[in-house]
Amino acid sequence: MENTARVKSEEMVGRIDGRLMKNKVIKGIFLAATVFTSIILIVLLYRIISQGAPYLSWDFFQNFASRRPEQAGIKAAVIGTLWMMSVVIPTAAILGVGTAIYLEEYAKKNALTRWIQMNISNLAGVPSVVFGLLGLTIFVRVFGFGNSILAAGFTMALLVLPVVIVAAQEAIRAVPKELKEASFGLGATKWQTIYRVVLPYAIPGIATGSILAFSRAIGETAPLIVVGIPTFVAFLPSGYLDSFTALPMQIYNWTSRPQIEFHNLAAAGIIILLGVLILMNSIAVWIRNRYQAR
Amino acid sequence: MKTTKNELSPVQQLLEKKYNSGFLNRSEKIIPAILFFMAAISVLTTLGIVLTLIFETITFFGDVSIVEFFTAKEWYPFSGTDPVYGIWPLVLGTLKITLIASLFSIPIGLAVALYLSEYASTRTRKIMKPILEVLAGVPTIVYGFFALTFITPVLRDIFPSLEMFNAISPGIVVGIMIIPTIVSLSEDALSSVPEPVRHGSLAMGATKWETASKVIFPAALSGILASIVLGVSRAIGETMIVSIAAGSTPSAALDLTSSLQTMTSYIVQVTTGDAGFGTTIYYSIYSVGFTLFVFTLLMNVLAQFISKRFREEY
Repeated sequence: MENTARVKSEEMVGRIDGRLMKNKVIKGIFLAATVFTSIILIVLLYRIISQGAPYLSWDFFQNFASRRPEQAGIKAAVIGTLWMMSVVIPTAAILGVGTAIYLEEYAKKNALTRWIQMNISNLAGVPSVVFGLLGLTIFVRVFGFGNSILAAGFTMALLVLPVVIVAAQEAIRAVPKELKEASFGLGATKWQTIYRVVLPYAIPGIATGSILAFSRAIGETAPLIVVGIPTFVAFLPSGYLDSFTALPMQIYNWTSRPQIEFHNLAAAGIIILLGVLILMNSIAVWIRNRYQAR
Repeated sequence: MKTTKNELSPVQQLLEKKYNSGFLNRSEKIIPAILFFMAAISVLTTLGIVLTLIFETITFFGDVSIVEFFTAKEWYPFSGTDPVYGIWPLVLGTLKITLIASLFSIPIGLAVALYLSEYASTRTRKIMKPILEVLAGVPTIVYGFFALTFITPVLRDIFPSLEMFNAISPGIVVGIMIIPTIVSLSEDALSSVPEPVRHGSLAMGATKWETASKVIFPAALSGILASIVLGVSRAIGETMIVSIAAGSTPSAALDLTSSLQTMTSYIVQVTTGDAGFGTTIYYSIYSVGFTLFVFTLLMNVLAQFISKRFREEY
């Protein structure tokens, strides 16, 4: 009995090297996967910058789309994206924050509320191309907006709405209960409390989440294609019912042409798109860090 | 002390007056109604999506037999004289891309998640988190460009028989796109296993790998499975990468090296060209969209079911 126990413990001592070795090898494999993931990002950025940077010039910003690559520019797309975002941001922000306030502050914990909540999380999983089909039917045809800024803007606003709602809900939920109770204790009404206490406290959190949602709207292509936004536009829009093109649409157009020069233009367009997204993300991170200390 | 209605204290009188004064009173009642209306918009959106897809699909089935849709093995809508609408080639295309994306992203994603939660130092984690966030934030049009202009040529150098448009390159890039989803959700699940569980296992003499594989991984399994299902759901719905790099040939062949079409890229193909409103081709995008919607909805419901049903409570 004693003997077998000793043998076993000796066996165990003998095996420990193998077990530790296995641990080391697997750790190495996992580390390799992690490094590989980072390398993918570096290669992607390097490729795009080396291909597109030579094409970035003042003319590139100033020119409209052209059939001749050396004359093609991105002006209509940049301005078009700005127009579209001027629809997306207010629509999604107002609806998103309003919904979040309702769900967090007013809604009773009943089946209806749970259903709305489930509905929002399912909406977040619907492919963007399907939102495009919704926009094509409702905004382009039923409301008669045509392939306009308004139709595209509303479609995009609905697409990012679930993200804004969830971010705003989390920010509102994080407001300390004591603050609200103090406000009620001083005789403030419910809406006064929400408007003057809850929202000011939650705004940085709402802003961080919303900016990330809006940056998704800037980069989305599929809903714009389905809504019927043209890719070749040589004029600037002058109203919300005008036709327009957007950054990702212009990039898509250049990418789908066979000539290498157009691919280089696409890379230059991507640099601008990624630049805008990185800027927005930095603002979001800055807001998060600035107000997190509280 | 008893106060009747007529003998309110000064403060109560003030409050009473305030509550009954028109504006405040009214806004307290109107605002919840406005907010409820806003919350209803997202419900209306879902309703709008479902009804749009159903009604336009019904119109489509007025022109095309539903039996043909499910049983025909060909999808030739643009054949002027004899169009065939069998959804199978498009579903197969989507499955090919999803399969390759899963084979690529699940092992890498889980390896990264396990490394970050079980092995990595705080510093490594601080470096990797933003990298993953950037990868998650890269627009799919950029990934599509990357697939077409980089991954495809590289693969064609290695396998010369690979066509310009194929399933492998966009499949891999869709996989790259969903790695951040799998990593961040799996890592959340792994990190939420309480530290004492980890310490208990290590104190019993288990190595880190034994702890991770036999204790932590099983405990976090529900979250990990849910992350995979969500990743797969995103791969099914991914549009731009496949539109750019997979081609536009609906194919019922199992071959991965030649051009194919997915459900999403068919919708893009039709809407890029000018399919006239009211034609059968126009309505066909809704039937394809509906099929796609059902696929992703099932995956999302499955993910919610897994994370609720198999959650380990601590």
